[in-house]
Amino acid sequence: MALRTFKLFRGDASGGELLDYKIEVEKGMVVLDAIHRIQTEQANDLAVRWNCKAGKCGSCSMEINGKPKLACMTRMNEYESNETISIRPIKTFPVVKDLTADVSWNFEQNKRIIPIKPDPSQKDEKGNYRMYQEDVDRIQEFRKCIECYLCQNVCHVLRDHDQKDNFVGPRFMIRLAGLDMHPLDQEDRIPAIKEDFGSGMCNITRCCTDVCPEHIQITDNGIIPMKERVVDRFYDPVIWLWKKVFGNSD
Amino acid sequence: MLDISEIQTIEHDVLVVGAGGAGLSAAIECSSQGLSTGLICKSLLGKAHTVMAEGGVAAALGNVDNRDHWKVHFRDTMRGGKFLNVWRMAELHAKHAPDRVRELEEWGAVFDRTKRGLINQRNFGGHRYPRLAHVGDRTGLEIIRTLQDHGIHQGIEVYMECTGLDLLKDGDRISGMVAMWRETGQFVIFKAGAVIFATGGGGKAWKITSNSWEYTGDGHAMAYEAGAELMDMEFTQFHPTGMVWPPSVRGTLVTEGVRGEGGILVNSEGHRFMFENIPERFASETADTEEEAARWLAGDKDARRPPELLTRDVVARAIRKEVKAGRGSPHGGAFLDIASQRKAEDIKKKLPSMYHQFKVLAELDITTEPMEVGPTLHYMMGGIRVDADSQMSQVPGLFACGECSGGMHGANRLGGNSLSDLLVFGKLAGIGVAKYIRGISNPPRIVDEQAKAIIRTATEILNRESGENPYLLHEDLEENMQSNVGIVRSAELLLEGITKLESLKKSYKEVKANGASQYNPGWHEALALRNLMITAESVARSALMREESRGAHTRVDFPGEQDEWLQSNVVIHKGKDGNMMVRKTDRHQPNSELERIANLSIDELEKEVNGEG
Repeated sequence: MALRTFKLFRGDASGGELLDYKIEVEKGMVVLDAIHRIQTEQANDLAVRWNCKAGKCGSCSMEINGKPKLACMTRMNEYESNETISIRPIKTFPVVKDLTADVSWNFEQNKRIIPIKPDPSQKDEKGNYRMYQEDVDRIQEFRKCIECYLCQNVCHVLRDHDQKDNFVGPRFMIRLAGLDMHPLDQEDRIPAIKEDFGSGMCNITRCCTDVCPEHIQITDNGIIPMKERVVDRFYDPVIWLWKKVFGNSD
Repeated sequence: MLDISEIQTIEHDVLVVGAGGAGLSAAIECSSQGLSTGLICKSLLGKAHTVMAEGGVAAALGNVDNRDHWKVHFRDTMRGGKFLNVWRMAELHAKHAPDRVRELEEWGAVFDRTKRGLINQRNFGGHRYPRLAHVGDRTGLEIIRTLQDHGIHQGIEVYMECTGLDLLKDGDRISGMVAMWRETGQFVIFKAGAVIFATGGGGKAWKITSNSWEYTGDGHAMAYEAGAELMDMEFTQFHPTGMVWPPSVRGTLVTEGVRGEGGILVNSEGHRFMFENIPERFASETADTEEEAARWLAGDKDARRPPELLTRDVVARAIRKEVKAGRGSPHGGAFLDIASQRKAEDIKKKLPSMYHQFKVLAELDITTEPMEVGPTLHYMMGGIRVDADSQMSQVPGLFACGECSGGMHGANRLGGNSLSDLLVFGKLAGIGVAKYIRGISNPPRIVDEQAKAIIRTATEILNRESGENPYLLHEDLEENMQSNVGIVRSAELLLEGITKLESLKKSYKEVKANGASQYNPGWHEALALRNLMITAESVARSALMREESRGAHTRVDFPGEQDEWLQSNVVIHKGKDGNMMVRKTDRHQPNSELERIANLSIDELEKEVNGEG
């Protein structure tokens, strides 16, 4: 047991401040446990989102000492024993109250993505599709995403330049990549990935990959291959020449 | 005073409450039936407890062992439930599960594959063959995301971070529900001819649980208040393997998939104790030597299953026995060892989130060291009593599916049968609602006085000058249920538990939430506590009435299954005087064909289904 100091953001969209809380911390605790103790003992109305407490639901995203993290998977012993721990809501989205942010923009983006279009004629008589493990390994990596939106939170295009109208963000780039690479999907997604979802906006700083709690290689395995497919389609010199000579018939 | 015309009103044909696997499945079906469908959830979409389901979804696809058949799945389910399951529900479940799993694939789910490119299936407790379609150990996430990504394109209106408070009725039938936006604290009236509850369980009444804050028995309690019956509430599943250390994660689930992939249970003396805990009923189908268990793991189809894969009730009691006898692990559990059974790379491939979970939360590498595990309250077999085919409760217009409904799993649920339950009965509830709505001639009305009373009760908690801290009341409830209504029960403990519940109910009348109504977890906690207390009381009272030990319900004062109790369910309803009424009701006689299948020996049944081709 040790008495530790926390600074938590208290406030809402109209403003707020970091307030001090001191609580006893025990061995094995994670930051979310500490927040819950503060909530139980000192601040019953402290707003915080959480669910599974095991890094599987992606609800408790916040900025802990400036680093975007899941509070449930951040152990107290990652910090020095006398270190003050400051916690703010994720910055890229508007504050609702205290440690919660309005992430509804992300749900709107997901709705813009055309769902998977399999070809039912590929089913066998029992109704099974065939897909081989080696063909789905790469999309299973993207499907580990728990929608914590930490990648959206650190993406420079969204966070620093507020280009939400022009770029869908890393989370939805890998969702699109997962559909584009899906062995059953019949939809041509490349034009929309370029035009509607803004694949060109990403400048590959890999900040999204660094914060992903599921260790998904968002940039290298998801966004870069999509950029390459866009380039192949729209900027390939051979195809460009072909179109120049024979017209834009596709 | 309160003017109802100033409260926001939203109208749908049907309102689905809860957006886990069951709620999403139900909403998708309602919408495809042409109904205007609203879906409310307490959290953000995609965060419901279904994401925590790890091991897989049970369905007799026969992709790994082609001897599998719905009849074998049905027989396993009945035996796992100690024959107390509603026969018709177990039948529908086993028959429909394969199609529901294939449908998920159509909607974009990417399950692990067999060498032939089919959906892979793994072994699990109580299932005769490898039956659980899975994605590593994150199957629930795959399912909820698939349903979510499909559902948002089906015209369903999703209302996130919205808490249901109580149902509204027009005479006997449902007319809607009053709810509250968590973000603003404002109230909203949903006007709907039918409501489907898909609200999950009430595990938060116990101290050691795998359940999240959302699991407060909301559907159970709101249905009870509206006049519906609760059935089989005494059957609460303690999952044998929850984390036991560090204290802050005590109860967090360790998937049964660890044992499915070969993990063994040993005590502090290094002894593999499950061999001494094989019940008579399963003796002929369970390996009795380590040598045979090892052959099974290596893929020998003639070898019988290791005893670690016995049903959850059996394994949970065996671990408790070892700990009581002083042979527990340092932090009061048993050792679950996969490191000695499988290669490190296989463990990381098959159980990635378990590897990650222990590495981060317990600073332990499961590829080299054994885990410490112990029982954790995981699931409620009991719930809202519904018609097996339509999922409608006794209250016209009120439906339930998934964990909050009762009957499907009897006295004990098999692992993997929950995800399949959500898919099968979610869809059936949608079909049931569509039939019901089409049969209504005049739309139900909202009675203003009912809505006013609900809102008044909710706001009183904020307006009181002073009172009890809801978090501390909740802690008292957890302590009480953990010590008095736990894995092993007796009349003495249960009576003590009920007495304590009565005093907690009195304290609850004075509960006070500080702060304003905007995003106030203290207020939310206080509102949920009412539901949790009703649910907890129904468990304690049902457990006191059932004087036998069956499945997940163990009475030290009434050991063993009693044949006469197989004829009855314990049913709860709210009495006219406002008190909780408990009674024994006769069960429906099973259809003779189902009874025949369930009672065949496994050899006879295998011969029969293979003969059918």
